[in-house]
Amino acid sequence: MSRRLSTVDPSKKWSGPTRKYDLVKEFVIAFLVIAVAALTLAGLFSSPDEKAITLQSWSKAAPADFVQTAAGELAGTTTSASYGPPYNNAADGQKILGISPAKVVGVHIPINPAQSFVIEPLKISADVPTRAAIDAWNSAPEKVRTGWATAYADALAKDGKATSLADTKNEYGPVPTLVTSLLAMAKSGGLDGALTTSDTNMPTNFTKPLLFLADGGTYFSDLASAQHLGGDQWGVMNETGSWPGQSWLWLYSFWYQIDPFKSSEDADVLVMTLMGVLSLLLVFLPLIPGLRKIPYLIPVHRLIWKKWYRRSSKS
Amino acid sequence: MRFLEINLNHPAHYFTFGPFSVSAGNLAIIIFMFLIFAAALILPFPDHDEHKPQSSSREES
Amino acid sequence: MAAESSWTAKVRSATVEKFEPEDLLPDHQPAYVSSWIYVFGVLTIASLAMIILSGFVLTFEGPAWWHSSNVGHYVNSVHLWSVELFFIFMVVHLWGKFWMAAWRGKRLATWITGCLAFFASIITGFTGYIIQTNFDSQWIATQAKDGFNAMGIGAFFNTLNTGQAILLHVSLLPLVLGIIVVWHIILVRRKGVVPPMEEVDSATRSVETMEVKK
Repeated sequence: MSRRLSTVDPSKKWSGPTRKYDLVKEFVIAFLVIAVAALTLAGLFSSPDEKAITLQSWSKAAPADFVQTAAGELAGTTTSASYGPPYNNAADGQKILGISPAKVVGVHIPINPAQSFVIEPLKISADVPTRAAIDAWNSAPEKVRTGWATAYADALAKDGKATSLADTKNEYGPVPTLVTSLLAMAKSGGLDGALTTSDTNMPTNFTKPLLFLADGGTYFSDLASAQHLGGDQWGVMNETGSWPGQSWLWLYSFWYQIDPFKSSEDADVLVMTLMGVLSLLLVFLPLIPGLRKIPYLIPVHRLIWKKWYRRSSKS
Repeated sequence: MRFLEINLNHPAHYFTFGPFSVSAGNLAIIIFMFLIFAAALILPFPDHDEHKPQSSSREES
Repeated sequence: MAAESSWTAKVRSATVEKFEPEDLLPDHQPAYVSSWIYVFGVLTIASLAMIILSGFVLTFEGPAWWHSSNVGHYVNSVHLWSVELFFIFMVVHLWGKFWMAAWRGKRLATWITGCLAFFASIITGFTGYIIQTNFDSQWIATQAKDGFNAMGIGAFFNTLNTGQAILLHVSLLPLVLGIIVVWHIILVRRKGVVPPMEEVDSATRSVETMEVKK
């Protein structure tokens, strides 16, 4: 019943009829087509360039968010303060099948947010009350420090709009002074410099300022959400403005929109692992029974080689 | 260097269906891909001179 | 020739002697190579060439040039749109090769190198997005770090380390992608274009038999 139109062995070198073909000419034409297309698209549509955020611009635009974040760094409640590896040992990192790959690898980029983001940069300051506040912070036991910072962070969060609060019950210790000094330093632009040059005078690494910025409660993430860049908004494949983004990441982005990934604390490790498995399926698809039969079951090849099949059936 | 620029520097339009959400820009790219794929299958390819089987020197055992 | 025992002779017979000049630069193709589906591979390569050329200009001027120069912004736009074209044609090329079951006839390595080129392109493109030195790159870097950190990769590939990402994007990853692409093209030329599939009406049994027969 099978209509065998040809008995070509695909592993043998072709010895049937051929047609003229000019590989070099084909490439040159293809390159010219692409060059004209790219130059024209670039001229017509340009490309996005939303200005980078600095700690200075953040502290000026949303000072309350900034001071809440700074107090949170001292209290150890921000994302990076409670992150775990590769930054610190505050948590175990995301788990898959009971294993945390991050913990296995360990701390490689050591960051103690209270020290790295607040205390160390403030040491540059020559301001006497600030220096006294640093000394008071450093000489207090851990438990006392956390108590001060947590109380102040909670009070700031409760108020919502304040950039500083009076210590009426004497429970914040040196924290208000530290946070207020850091805000002033950030507004002056000094904190951007201090965080990027803390490891080297010629910085190429922006881990500290970016981690601090990403710890922010609302400012940075609201700007991103407004541009549909949030992870739950298919943000991975979106771009600022109306430009097309990395649409080839659609499948990676998709998993973050559905359960169980959407609501999982381990979403990243689960999605990355799943994509790894799916990528292997694509790589080894020709060896996988079932999947490799799809092109036979849905005969798109009838269209691709329609001329060839037509002439074969005639002969 | 900006001739006839079509300004895309404004909030994008999004199409949402259930859990799916796609920007107009990305959707345009995806539709374009399906269109050129379909066109490549359907549009006739220009004919070329055909040659009979080559000599056996091109044959590999 | 086969009796040669030197390492050089063995490498020669395993590599250059496998190629005939007309395989590498053919002026004839099998008669079945007659469809527009065959143009997407070369369009992908042409887009890659355009990406590299615009990338050269951006490299010579440095990563922040394009924020302050109109010419720089235009070259950045050419780079971006070449990338969009590159991925469009690469994915359509992949669709075409899938529906042709182009892995037939000992072409598995060609399929695999093509997939690897796709993945290497995604990673290279990603590193390009995080070295834009603008809001988009800040957001992408701070978000993507969680994925890499969760896998334990973040300890070595830190998306927030812009200097590292620049080096990866302009040197290491293009080298890796370049090698994979050249390897892929050599395999395509060496094996030739896959012939049409045999038509099978009902079960795919006879197809399986045919595949094993080789």
